[in-house]
Amino acid sequence: MYRTAVNARIAHALTTDTPFAERLVHFWANHFAISADKVTTVPFAGSFENEAIRPHIMGNFYDLLLAVERHPGMLIYLDQASSIGPQSAMAQRARSRNAPRVPGMNENLAREIMELHTLGVRSGYTQSDVTEFARALTGWSIGGVAAPALAQDGPPGAFVFRPAMHEPGERIIMGRRYGQMGEEQARAVLRDLVKAPATANHIATKLARHFAGDDPLAALVERLSAAFRDSQGDLPTLYRVLIDSPEPWAPRFLKFKTPWEWAISALRGIGLKSADRIPTVQMLSQLGQPVWEPGSPAGWADMAASWAAPDALVRRVEVATRLATVAADRHDPRELATKLFAGPPSPNTHAAIDGADSRAIGLALLLVSPEFQRR
Amino acid sequence: MITRRRFLALAASSGGALFLPKVTFAAAETDRRFVFVIQRGAADGLHVVAPYAEPEYAKLRGPIASEISQATKLDGSFALHPALVETAKMYKAGEALFVHAVATAYRDRSHFDGQNVLETGGRAPYELKDGWMNRLTALLPKQKAAPIALAPTVPMALRGLAETTSYAPSAQPEPNADLLARVGLLYQRDPLLHPLWSAAMETRSMATKNERGQDLAALGKLAASFLARANGPRIAMIETGGWDTHTHQTARLALLLKGFDAMLAALRDGLGQFWAKTTVLVATEFGRTAAENGSGGTDHGTASLVMLIGGAVKGGRVIADWPGLSQSALYENRDLKPTMALDAVIAGVAGETFSIAPDLVMRAVFKDGSGARPVTGLIRS
Repeated sequence: MYRTAVNARIAHALTTDTPFAERLVHFWANHFAISADKVTTVPFAGSFENEAIRPHIMGNFYDLLLAVERHPGMLIYLDQASSIGPQSAMAQRARSRNAPRVPGMNENLAREIMELHTLGVRSGYTQSDVTEFARALTGWSIGGVAAPALAQDGPPGAFVFRPAMHEPGERIIMGRRYGQMGEEQARAVLRDLVKAPATANHIATKLARHFAGDDPLAALVERLSAAFRDSQGDLPTLYRVLIDSPEPWAPRFLKFKTPWEWAISALRGIGLKSADRIPTVQMLSQLGQPVWEPGSPAGWADMAASWAAPDALVRRVEVATRLATVAADRHDPRELATKLFAGPPSPNTHAAIDGADSRAIGLALLLVSPEFQRR
Repeated sequence: MITRRRFLALAASSGGALFLPKVTFAAAETDRRFVFVIQRGAADGLHVVAPYAEPEYAKLRGPIASEISQATKLDGSFALHPALVETAKMYKAGEALFVHAVATAYRDRSHFDGQNVLETGGRAPYELKDGWMNRLTALLPKQKAAPIALAPTVPMALRGLAETTSYAPSAQPEPNADLLARVGLLYQRDPLLHPLWSAAMETRSMATKNERGQDLAALGKLAASFLARANGPRIAMIETGGWDTHTHQTARLALLLKGFDAMLAALRDGLGQFWAKTTVLVATEFGRTAAENGSGGTDHGTASLVMLIGGAVKGGRVIADWPGLSQSALYENRDLKPTMALDAVIAGVAGETFSIAPDLVMRAVFKDGSGARPVTGLIRS
């Protein structure tokens, strides 16, 4: 299932007519990362992206955020599904029965929503804000799992709010009072998180870094941040600002490609429409970026320093060699270079490709050339 | 030294088949095996079969001619590279023959274009859309199994209307030392990638004792396992690479030829009783400069060597219309001058292997190509 989902993601990336939107899907899926190194997350790896991310990338940030935090993949990955308020009905019952273990609360999702999904780390919230938010989130769960006694309260695997798990009472988060009852309480918190200037700045910085270089100019970040605030998180407004800004269009290489970006561009470059005959799962693991498995909710780093490493280069050469052997009969590397590079290649790249002793070698050198490793 | 006159005499005495075509189309399925081994990258024929008796050779080659002292003397003019131990045994047993100063019609020095001409059998790059092995297959009666390429995809030489297949060795191709060196040059001026690559290569040199090249012996064994089957293919193509020795030629060719020798031995051993029916033809897109370059290697040249190996080969000979290596004898003052056309060699060899008139092969497979007479008398009938 994981393999099928990976191949579907790759096939779509190879054939899409809307590559900008596809890039945004990958960007947001990484921003709201779940990681398949946690066994219980594996089945959701593909569906999380398709159900929570993909339908919302052209909408409002709040709707995207809500879809993400309510998705079973996220609820399981960050342990929210079984988080129970200490004063909730369910905890009270357990205490009255003298149950050996009184179920408790888990702060994982609450913390990562603040630190990774919205405000950003060290942006002013405190531990008490995290704990209060975690209390507000109790009851956000999944039907059919996490609480056998309540297994029938919702369709298995779908979001369900369980009042019996919810911590009663009002919450105070970042100085703001939340008197709402039930599921609405955490929704209200999420709405305010979207309005927070720190969130606008956090999202603006990540978008700018992705499209305009590892150390984006403050001016671009501020422009995006203002657009986020003014539009109250309307994502297409941010994308328009990006496109209308000069920084992402600077006539030089802004980014060292991540393994995913490099692999997709290489597969596209050699004209593949599907990756069915390529051991893609292995390939991306070998390159250092197994799909949907960043190993942490922070997602993959979006900086050259994380990807441009000695062994990583050797691995790209190895993969390029294999791809080139498969594709050498279809391409003259000299022609392909003029097609794939925006401008003329550097003298070194030109000499390397031109002087290669076979098409396969020439193609491999093209794929690992300094130009092709960057975007 | 085989002079031009002596070569012509030799060709005439053994070339009866040329004038008396016995069979036009083989009536029954053939029991002959024909293997084409391509050396991608321009193998240095002057290094593999060296004209040791020629004083110019040592002068032109300098230090890289040093192995000549350990080389196996083939006759009064030529010596075989010392790494080719098994090949030398085959030569002694009359199962190996070398044809020197051979070239395709291609006279420029691009690998891609040169390989295209070598594989299509045309006169110019991209002039023909199918490969000479495919057109040769079309001349044969229908075989039980289609010609096979030991490669991930069907190479140009085998491509065309006739059905062919390919089989990739199970081991994934590893980047070899040559490619890694090329990547090093590619990154030379990149401030980010150059130091990273240097670090990677340093680690690698510590981690691996042996050259991570193609396992040619395994490739030979694999090819033999297909060709030895009663209902298996009769025609196969093997791809080898890494022959583009611009630098450190002595060490690199010694290593490469050792593997190449093991591949030929694996073919011989794996084919067993069928070895007597086997013709292996080895060719490269072009040769290398007669003189050594400034980095212990040689650059792209023109004429090179064809090797014919197998029990079906009338071996134990070096055949050449030897042009010599004096400055005036060199092609464009730098390369071994071609004196024999590759298509004429292939037409003769393939025709005799499959009992098809070499003239017909020349016409049907090479569209009369160089117009040269097929070189015959090389293969046992």
